[in-house]
Amino acid sequence: MALFDYAPAPESRAAAGDIASTYGHYIDGEFVESTGSEALKTVDPSTEEVLAEFAQGTEADVDRAVAAARKAFTSWSALSGAERGKYLFRIARIIQERSRELAVLESIDNGKPIKETRDVDLPLVAAHFFYYAGWADKLEFAGYGPNPRPVGVAAQVIPWNFPLLMLAWKIAPALATGNTVVLKPAETTPLTALRFAEICRQAGLPKGVVNIITGDGRTGAALTAHPDIDKVAFTGSTEVGRAIARTLAGTTKRLSLELGGKAANIVFDDAPIDQAVEGIVDGIFFNQGHVCCAGSRLLVQESIHDDVMDALKRRMSTLRVGDPLDKNTDVGAINSAAQLARIQELTAAGEAEGAERWSPSCELPSAGYWFAPTVFSNVSATHRIAREEIFGPVLSVLTFRTPEEAVAKANNTPYGLSAGIWTEKGSRILWMAGKLRAGVVWSNTFNKFDPTSPFGGYKESGYGREGGRHGLEAYLDV
Amino acid sequence: MSEPTSALRLDVYKTYKLFVGGKFPRSESGRVYEVTDRKTGEWLANAPQGTRKDTRDAVSAARKAFGGWSGATAYNRGQILYRAAEMLQGRREQYTAEVAVSEGLTAKKAAPLVDAAVDRLVWYAGWTDKVAQIAGNANPVAGPYFNLSTPEPTGVVGVVAPQGGHGFSLLGLVSVLAPVIATGNTAVVALAPGAPLPGLSLGEVLATSDLPGGVVNLISGRTEDIAPTLASHADVNALDLAGIVAEEGPASAKDLEVAAADTLKRVLRPEPASHDWTTAPGTDRLLTFLETKTVWHPMGM
Repeated sequence: MALFDYAPAPESRAAAGDIASTYGHYIDGEFVESTGSEALKTVDPSTEEVLAEFAQGTEADVDRAVAAARKAFTSWSALSGAERGKYLFRIARIIQERSRELAVLESIDNGKPIKETRDVDLPLVAAHFFYYAGWADKLEFAGYGPNPRPVGVAAQVIPWNFPLLMLAWKIAPALATGNTVVLKPAETTPLTALRFAEICRQAGLPKGVVNIITGDGRTGAALTAHPDIDKVAFTGSTEVGRAIARTLAGTTKRLSLELGGKAANIVFDDAPIDQAVEGIVDGIFFNQGHVCCAGSRLLVQESIHDDVMDALKRRMSTLRVGDPLDKNTDVGAINSAAQLARIQELTAAGEAEGAERWSPSCELPSAGYWFAPTVFSNVSATHRIAREEIFGPVLSVLTFRTPEEAVAKANNTPYGLSAGIWTEKGSRILWMAGKLRAGVVWSNTFNKFDPTSPFGGYKESGYGREGGRHGLEAYLDV
Repeated sequence: MSEPTSALRLDVYKTYKLFVGGKFPRSESGRVYEVTDRKTGEWLANAPQGTRKDTRDAVSAARKAFGGWSGATAYNRGQILYRAAEMLQGRREQYTAEVAVSEGLTAKKAAPLVDAAVDRLVWYAGWTDKVAQIAGNANPVAGPYFNLSTPEPTGVVGVVAPQGGHGFSLLGLVSVLAPVIATGNTAVVALAPGAPLPGLSLGEVLATSDLPGGVVNLISGRTEDIAPTLASHADVNALDLAGIVAEEGPASAKDLEVAAADTLKRVLRPEPASHDWTTAPGTDRLLTFLETKTVWHPMGM
């Protein structure tokens, strides 16, 4: 038995509650069947077992959901902010009450470790609703004019990496500001959004204020192109973000986008190495690296490169990869076969282009989608693994000599979502933070989130901010 | 004995030129087009017909200037914008004449528009060191972190100058240009093709205001050449389509937004052609070309 070997400590699958065999859409306060006959399946990515079937939303389904949201908008936007806020407070409380259920359900549907859904996702989901609940009757003090008005019907399309958290980031500010929404969860992770529909019913939320419509990109395209929506909020790939921006060109519709990233995590020679290594690991292996702001490019000052690599490899060797429901698991399953294929393709390209690949020896389950934590050294800025978003547990390591060089390398990307800085020198942190073209900068920490703190990117990582006072703007007619 | 004085003295005409990188080049094409009095149709000047290449050169100049200008202190940017207001004030007569012929107004009606342009520069000069205080935020996160959001300039902004509305030719131009540079962006401006003279002359004001070369670049010419070049240029971060009037075609808002989507430029949509530029601007334009940067600092012993 190796040092720190643990007995299995699985969370009960039963805690996820009943998963129906088939799901329809949630429109106008009711679960309804799709007008079409096509159904998709969502699987547990750690076992490939089918969890449920759900509807592939058709254009007619989208029409119906948008109509319900439009109808509800009149009375919802006329409701006093205080009352709107109380609905959101109710939702926040119910999420807290049902957080164990939601955490287990999320881990099953997404593949992420229970310790993350339990300790990160769900607390942030509840906190986000609490935060925006409080804004609902204070909007005139938010700095967007004396009488800020809602935009109307918001079409919201969210990704699979933080399904319920992304739902919270979209729905909470939209409702607080008096908008109604049609939200489409990702086709590999629809279950927590559908469970959220039940929470809306428990909270007594008026019909049509929140509509959840399921399906793949075709449904998303129909929703974002719908003539009767007033706003699109999208989190996902830069490619789809571009397509949506083209769709809305020449209209008066509003758009906020939170897209890809290729963040630099920069380690200076004076940084405490063990602490930095924890941040590096958290930066890229948190949530299997399925994080748009992941610290996927490690920039290490040349003089400490070997020490950092040794410490990093030692630390990676202790990461526990496996059953997402095991409370000891650090790295769970890759969300889908398609995503696994993309990670495999890009890592193969990394090797082919001459970078040096390393993974700890770790036993991966035979069923399900798995990828061992991987680090590439000797990476050059032109390699695909240094330029393209891998969205998996794969770290590319580059070196630098001077702070100026670190800034130049960090900014040498069309993305600009996040960055990390590790150094003991305070003035250098502030200088670096000022030079990095990224929307979120973590100094001596990484991957921290809070509902009061605006999140969003520069350049091709999108536009608009989610979270904080700034997050209101995307849903106000300013 | 005194020299005999000639009864006739010819005025010296001004050769209107582009303003790029702090210099006054002619168009690389060597081409000009006729600018005429809006009311009488009389010939006024030959304006350079700026091309796609001129526009790309201007984008390079704007990119080169961005680091210095965005890194300048807000106080310094305010001083320079105020200096520009002083310079404009000193040339009030010249601009009054140019605005009058550009907009078909009498000198009496044009003069207050020049005054308003001066005042607008003063308004934005005062904003430079206040933007961060109204657009930034200390965020009370639930953890031991000092969490601060501050606005930063977006980068190089392509501006399509107003082509209509009361006061568009100078006041309108200043109203769209000043907020862009006040916050530390640099700009490439497509001037109103039918009324470029106040805009081309504005280069002379900016050149004598200690504004670093390249922060503002002014191009006259066909909007359908200049605007699509800005919209599709990978080194342009944002577009202000204020003056776009075409309903369709390459210089329409739709086509420009489609082109802008390739690099996810931030786009401010056109103003109605009837916009009255004398109305108070508010903070909308000032806050549009900003990125919010949020920095997390751990607190501990």
